[in-house]
Amino acid sequence: MTEITEVPSPFCGIGTDDLTIRVDGVLLKVIENGCAVNTPAFEQPITDISARVAGQEVSLEVAVAKAAELLKDTRLPLIGGCATDVNGMRGLLALADRSGAVIDNMNFTGARNNFLALQDSGWMNTTLAEVKNRCDLLLVVGTDLEAFAPRFFERYVWNKESMFLEDTSEREVIYLGRAPSGEASTSPKGIKALVFPCAIEDLAEVVAVLRALVKKQPIRATSVAGISVADLQLIADKLKAATYGVVTWAAGALAYSQAELTVQTLSETIKDINDQNTRCSGLPLAGKEGDQTANQVCGWTTGYPARTRFSKGYPEYDPFLNETKSLLANGEVDALVWVQAFNVNAVPPETDLPTIVVGRSGMTFAKEPDVFIPVGTPGIDHAGHAYRMDNVVAIRLKKLRDSGLPSTAQVLNAIEQAL
Amino acid sequence: MLIKLTGGTVYDPASGIDGQQQDIYIKEGRIIAKPTETVVDKEYDLKGKVVMSGAIDMHTHIGGGKGNIARILLPEDHRKDPVHRSDITRSGCGHAMPSTFVTGYRYAEMGYTAGFEPALLPINARQAHMEMADIPILDKGGYVMLGSDDYLLRMLTAKKDQKAINDYVAWTMQSAKAIGVKVVNPGGINAFKFNQRKLDLDEQNCHYGVTPRDILQVLATAVKEIGVSHPLHVHGCNLGVPGNVQTTLDTIQGIGGLPMHLTHIQFHSYGTEGDFKFSSGAAQIAEAINRNKNITIDVGQILFGQTVTASGDSMRQHANHKHASPNKWVTMDIECDAGCGVVPFKYKDQNFVNALQWAIGLETFLLVNDPWRIFLTTDHPNGAPFTCYPHLIRLLMDRSFRNDMLSTIHPEAQKMTSLASIDREYTLQEIAIMTRAGAARLIGLKDRGGLSAGNWADITVYTDNTDRQKMFEKPDYVFKDGQLVVVDGKVVSTKWGTTHVVRPDFDPSVEKGLKDYFDRYLTMKLGNFKISDDEITEDGRGSITVHPLKGEVA
Repeated sequence: MTEITEVPSPFCGIGTDDLTIRVDGVLLKVIENGCAVNTPAFEQPITDISARVAGQEVSLEVAVAKAAELLKDTRLPLIGGCATDVNGMRGLLALADRSGAVIDNMNFTGARNNFLALQDSGWMNTTLAEVKNRCDLLLVVGTDLEAFAPRFFERYVWNKESMFLEDTSEREVIYLGRAPSGEASTSPKGIKALVFPCAIEDLAEVVAVLRALVKKQPIRATSVAGISVADLQLIADKLKAATYGVVTWAAGALAYSQAELTVQTLSETIKDINDQNTRCSGLPLAGKEGDQTANQVCGWTTGYPARTRFSKGYPEYDPFLNETKSLLANGEVDALVWVQAFNVNAVPPETDLPTIVVGRSGMTFAKEPDVFIPVGTPGIDHAGHAYRMDNVVAIRLKKLRDSGLPSTAQVLNAIEQAL
Repeated sequence: MLIKLTGGTVYDPASGIDGQQQDIYIKEGRIIAKPTETVVDKEYDLKGKVVMSGAIDMHTHIGGGKGNIARILLPEDHRKDPVHRSDITRSGCGHAMPSTFVTGYRYAEMGYTAGFEPALLPINARQAHMEMADIPILDKGGYVMLGSDDYLLRMLTAKKDQKAINDYVAWTMQSAKAIGVKVVNPGGINAFKFNQRKLDLDEQNCHYGVTPRDILQVLATAVKEIGVSHPLHVHGCNLGVPGNVQTTLDTIQGIGGLPMHLTHIQFHSYGTEGDFKFSSGAAQIAEAINRNKNITIDVGQILFGQTVTASGDSMRQHANHKHASPNKWVTMDIECDAGCGVVPFKYKDQNFVNALQWAIGLETFLLVNDPWRIFLTTDHPNGAPFTCYPHLIRLLMDRSFRNDMLSTIHPEAQKMTSLASIDREYTLQEIAIMTRAGAARLIGLKDRGGLSAGNWADITVYTDNTDRQKMFEKPDYVFKDGQLVVVDGKVVSTKWGTTHVVRPDFDPSVEKGLKDYFDRYLTMKLGNFKISDDEITEDGRGSITVHPLKGEVA
């Protein structure tokens, strides 16, 4: 039995790397600094250790050969999930290039809200250490931040020391659109966040008025979506008065049609504030299920984020047409490879197509896939790299135990070689 | 296997060979002296061909977060240049900010065998190395960026001695796996986080009270004292600001004879004369370079067309965002470490400023006398994509072509440049110095950039052609570590290059202060921050090559 300290997590997205984990054979126990997201993700037991073809246990070689056989004469296979580490994504993209597949990260429909805004007008963003040391006003838009990342406030807002703030407990927190589910945002002095809730799909209108107020445009209405314009004026004034305001949102939480326009309005509001003699930055929340990792590696390998097809022999990005759900619904693809090394609950979508699952050991299926290859989890069963939410920092994941499970990269490289 | 390259006309400035006919022998990846054995496994008849070592791009943004932001930002640019896969090459995209695989192929297809990323943010160095690990064929390396990191600025405010700073710089180089040190808008990226929008050479950071001049002094001293061959790599203050020629001259003067490399100096050579209050400072800059032997430069030539600027200089990139074309842009403040800004640009020959920028870069090339102290760059992708190099070489080697081009640019810009009066044409040997021998010497690369026995066999063979653009865009052969990778300008096989680093010594006690700082203020444990050798070598493709420090016996 050993204890491993300073363990980085690929699960929470905010790059916690102070976990202490007790390793007893292949059993893991989070001893220190766990949270509702990380602890179950680390402690998930291994179940399957051997691959299966049609529900029968087989060797890895047989499973790989069967996977290659299923992919060999496909017209357009879909590689979904795309939830793995950097090396796993390298293998996945090599396989996609070879097999002319379409790839789609499982969180892309949420992330699309950010990509469409980024690719249309850009943004001014910041990273976690800047938040920790500089942020004097945090505006949380449409997102239950502590449910998303339970330790966000402890690590980056109510941290005891900061380089540029006298007293971090004086920071102001404002929620717009969605109320927090707990008390993490309440300051150590007991000051509660200001909360201005509205229906989530009304946020587009609310942030449009907020931007108008930041730009000193006259507003005739007195309330918008149940929030008084005076309250929005208060938020605008606080953003402009802050030394280093930070606006955060989780693109996936903005689950309504054309939410990219909300992200764009927020990002343009941030730019406007930077033109009014102070600083303000955006902080998009993400980093779950390998989403940032998938988009980064796909970005440098193809030029595009991880919703891209290779069927013409070169990468083609389309944030709408290459979506898993519609590809399956429209019968456009003829095989499914599901890659998910982090989360046993993120199972492949229902389909009658030939299905290959390269998944975390412990995954269970309503319908047994044609091929199931259990793989190790990056940061538990093998070393690797994963991106945290702010996209700048790739964390070095540690190997914690000897499970004998192969990595995603080993499996996908083997399938590619067999083609 | 013994390979013989027979009868080529060799330009090898590292050995003083200037266009002499010579045979070259290759064995196990290296160039060897004429062997006693006579069995040659493969012979290439290079009579009438021009032979140089593989070219080295000493400043090109090929790895790291800002480049990937630039990629993600510009799907419309990629769509105009899709790159098909083949049996031996991967698919991807080209033009302004190519995908990693395409970067490797296209560099190799122009005869380049190494590229160096000049802006390795310590906190983002892992990403830069991972991206560069996916660039085939090329060797690579990076210059780690310091000068706006709060740790250094706190040291300066606390009046830590030079020895402490040297230890920190050496530790950072080792942690980030770097071969040089760069500073970008010294202290300015940090000042922008405090809402300062400009920072002159002697202007104080409002929080730390430290000036860019202070930062340049301690970093240039550190680089020299810890024995790093590559001088401090400086992206100066006031990039792109009319009148910044004076800042640049003051920077040269102020460094007091310490070795210093001023990068993309074209962007720092602007005067304020003329009707448009924008003029060329190239003559003054060239004169200062010619006089100060401690200074080296690369040009950062702009060429007309669409590109994207990706820089660590968040302060200046924010100031320039109004020129974004298409109108979208990104800036980031990064981890109390650095920042970045990504702004697409379309340089137009009928735009007065762009046209004069073009002329200023060329004036600089032509007025600096010593080709060992000036390097051929477009600051890829900031001035133009690296794929424009053959065109740039023609502009330098062919006066009539240059003057033809000059006659087509904005007429007011033509009046404001001395370019037409400059007769100089670069020779093949001078091109070989700028892009090979000089670059290897500047970076401190052992056994690269030359063709004498003992060097690695990175070799490019061209067909001589008076149209220098045609000549340099399509080499007959390119060998990387002795492997034939390009024939007639097309990749025929691929391999993986090495990562070049230096490992300057530091007092291990430097980690005490750093650990405390990481625990209190940063978001990562010190132990998780440092990049291990495994991270570069564990996939079986990458390798690390450690180069000697100054004064070390190689």
